[in-house]
Amino acid sequence: MTALAEGVRHLYVHLPFCAHRCGYCDFVTLVGRPEQHARYVDALLGELELERCVLSEPLETVFLGGGTPTFTAPEALQRLLGALPGASEVTIEANPETVTAELANVLAENEITRVSLGVQSFQPRLLDVLERRAQPDDVRRAIYHLRDAQIDNISLDLIYGIPGQEPSDLERDLDEALALEPDHLSCYELEPKPGTRFTHAYGDELARQAEAMEGYFERVVERLVTAGYRWYETANFCRPGRQSRHNLGYWLGRDYLGLGIGAVSTVEGLRWRNAPSLGGYLSAHEDARPPARELELIDDDTHRRERLMLGLRLDEPVPFSDVAGALNEKALERLERLGLAERRRGGLVLTRRGRFLGGAVTVELLEESLEIATL
Amino acid sequence: MSLDRIRNFSIVAHIDHGKSTLADRILEVTDTLTAREMRDQVLDTMDLERERGITIKAQAVRVEWKGHQLNLIDTPGHVDFTYEVSRALQACEGAILVVDAAQGIEAQTLANAYLAIENNLEIVPVVNKIDLPQADPDATAAEVAELVGDDPERVLRISAKTGEGVEAVLDAIVERIPAPGGDPEAPARALVFDSSYDQYRGVVAFVRMVDGSFLPRGRLRAMAQGTRFEPEELGFFSPDRVPTAFLEAGEVGYVMTGLKDVSRLRVGDTLTSEERPAADALPGYKDVKPTVFAGLFPTDSDDYPELRDALERLKLSDASLFYEPETSRALGFGFRCGFLGLLHMEIVRERLEREFDLDLLVTAPNVAYRVITHGSEELEVHNPAEFPREFERVEEPFIRATTIVPKEYVGTVMELNNERRGQFDHMEYLSENRVLLTYDLPLAEIVYDYYDQLKSRTKGYASFDYDVTGFQEGDLVRVDILLAGDSVDALSLIVHREFAYDRGRALVERLRQEIPRQMFDVPIQAAIGSRIIARETIKARRKDVLAKCYGGDISRKRKLLERQKKGKKRMKQVGTVEIPQEAFLAVLNLNGERRS
Repeated sequence: MTALAEGVRHLYVHLPFCAHRCGYCDFVTLVGRPEQHARYVDALLGELELERCVLSEPLETVFLGGGTPTFTAPEALQRLLGALPGASEVTIEANPETVTAELANVLAENEITRVSLGVQSFQPRLLDVLERRAQPDDVRRAIYHLRDAQIDNISLDLIYGIPGQEPSDLERDLDEALALEPDHLSCYELEPKPGTRFTHAYGDELARQAEAMEGYFERVVERLVTAGYRWYETANFCRPGRQSRHNLGYWLGRDYLGLGIGAVSTVEGLRWRNAPSLGGYLSAHEDARPPARELELIDDDTHRRERLMLGLRLDEPVPFSDVAGALNEKALERLERLGLAERRRGGLVLTRRGRFLGGAVTVELLEESLEIATL
Repeated sequence: MSLDRIRNFSIVAHIDHGKSTLADRILEVTDTLTAREMRDQVLDTMDLERERGITIKAQAVRVEWKGHQLNLIDTPGHVDFTYEVSRALQACEGAILVVDAAQGIEAQTLANAYLAIENNLEIVPVVNKIDLPQADPDATAAEVAELVGDDPERVLRISAKTGEGVEAVLDAIVERIPAPGGDPEAPARALVFDSSYDQYRGVVAFVRMVDGSFLPRGRLRAMAQGTRFEPEELGFFSPDRVPTAFLEAGEVGYVMTGLKDVSRLRVGDTLTSEERPAADALPGYKDVKPTVFAGLFPTDSDDYPELRDALERLKLSDASLFYEPETSRALGFGFRCGFLGLLHMEIVRERLEREFDLDLLVTAPNVAYRVITHGSEELEVHNPAEFPREFERVEEPFIRATTIVPKEYVGTVMELNNERRGQFDHMEYLSENRVLLTYDLPLAEIVYDYYDQLKSRTKGYASFDYDVTGFQEGDLVRVDILLAGDSVDALSLIVHREFAYDRGRALVERLRQEIPRQMFDVPIQAAIGSRIIARETIKARRKDVLAKCYGGDISRKRKLLERQKKGKKRMKQVGTVEIPQEAFLAVLNLNGERRS
């Protein structure tokens, strides 16, 4: 846990608005509502003032996620960017079709250092399935605008395992993405969340394709590593030195403050999640109250269990001293014999195959929790 | 009561031919129970008996009819409980043989009739259900008369359901069944033909007084075991317990022994009085030996003590149940249990699950083998996991199977019996359309999926019964199932060499379907000794990751992993392989086949 004196060095800001809600999405998002963007930014800044005392400025990172942050009404967005504390890494998520030359300049002027583009695929047919609006050309154009504005730390999000995606489609997506020479790539397997419109429409098809798509993850890793990217986290790849420092903060178990609806903060053993309701968030601000929150106590044991769960996603060892009591030694020995985990530099790291099986391996490595042990 | 006023009788019948309904009607017609007290199957007190329409435990009830005391000893009809029937019959002078007018003679009609004849009982043949539209009372009466060597005119025709003819049955009991023999003046001798256990009052002995009488507070002795006790109460059933001062020669009743330990009074023993003991005991019963064995394991290993207590308690009212502790590497601590047959096994399992609220894993049933080692030593093996890999020879139990089917199914039954290593004995026409077939079969073949096959192939028209006749040498092998090289003891089986390949193949295939993919390749093999006869591989999983995990996801993902961790506790571990409970169940079911 971060020592008290250090304070929080990572800030997340949630901008929930989108032009359209994609079928597979299960984030806290809201479609349209331009008239509320300004009020929402007011409320965000209100919450920032309320919690600013926990921050230790200058911050290391700020991350604006969504939603589609760049869909936020321009004046409101600019006002927000201008008012946020500075940091050495400031990332904003953007949908390619929203990135105009003008926007790129606004971002650069407001000291945005990094942009994460939601590309997902370069195949129009698959973009349709995902209900994404940007076309491949929008992606290229967005990157040019950003580079013209001197923002060169660009990350692309890709999704694989899309209904109807053939192995050749995957190869083409990787070709196209690599051709754009991004500094960073996040590649996610599509997770059809139960109850979403998408699962309803494509669940059966995905189940049928599961076996055929089993090797996609391996293929993604192979291609990107061959192209010189470092597979530094389960779903994330970067050029040397270009990790997402904000996300690394989560994976290393650091404290963070989250602002906005549905945002989560973890500060000194306390975690809270803001309620997802926009109306409630706005009226709390207008009544000068803190927003409704759900609290969770993260005791030392839980923290170490999370540290293990998150740390195993990285390619750097998790120090044994950070996960004492959470790690099952016998399981570690078994997994070492199976060639799935290894000890390195006073810590524990998964092998390449172990990382592909990271979920199951983590379940093995976790010591029975106190709660279970006393049952 | 003087001996010539007493009649002791049983009712025997094939299942569903109306035995319990007739018993109900007798209680009603004799005013033993008022209409208000009456309900269906009144003597079947267990839930399971009432649901399945079968009798599991014998009951004895006294009724009055025209100045006579009639003692009805109700018995189970199923082959597994033949020993209960024959014990009850030894306490009687006569039996009512009930046959369904629409069905005619069935396999258990024959078995029961033969038992009654062996015990020198007077048989009162009764054709029941004459009110059914499809009833053929004349043809059935002719069949029954032929079977028991009586005049068709003397076969009673009744409807136990409507009550028609029931009084004539009671009259026939008085007229045809002889009064009990025995000497009222001789030293007392009573046959213990059954017992039950009363939670508060201990062992209750069901007795038939043969000679002399028991007096209030007279000390008694069980002649074979030597157990001495002062009975707390004497009485008879009507159908509830009715205390009396005396039990006299010829009567049927109960002795409340006050004994708290069931093992101190065995069924078949003779009770005599301490004061004036009889010189010789009555002929007793042969010990019944279990024929079918299976391992019973709690699905949750923490329930082992509960299972042990439950078996102890069941044993109090079911002396034929055999059990001993068994440890399986795959299933943990449990018990190897011996049963009188498959129905008995089903019933014990259901009673454990229902009356004791236990969740059980039951291994495939098997028979007891007699293995003669190279050193000419003889071993009795109840558990495939203990079956030696090397031996001089092995013998397996054989049965004489009686099947009655409509003639169009004769070929089907012969085919099934041939597939099951049966040896044809003989065939006879019971009527123009119905044929009796006798075969000698290995019991092991009956235990494996035979009833289901017989039922489905004959569309339910076959009736089946068997007697265990002895042991015969067989070309038997032990097939082991190996998961990632480790033998799964709970899945080992003994089969005839000829079937080893097919059974091994089927098990291996099923395991491949049921066991989820692991983090490494898992070879599944079936082997005879070191020879592999079937093999499949469960390919390793290639990926299992949570695609993304950022600040907002951490709690949810942690809880997800904790849940998976908990789920793993319910897995059965075989070497390095984890098998979900459900997979084990599916495979065990394939291996044994559930039937009812």
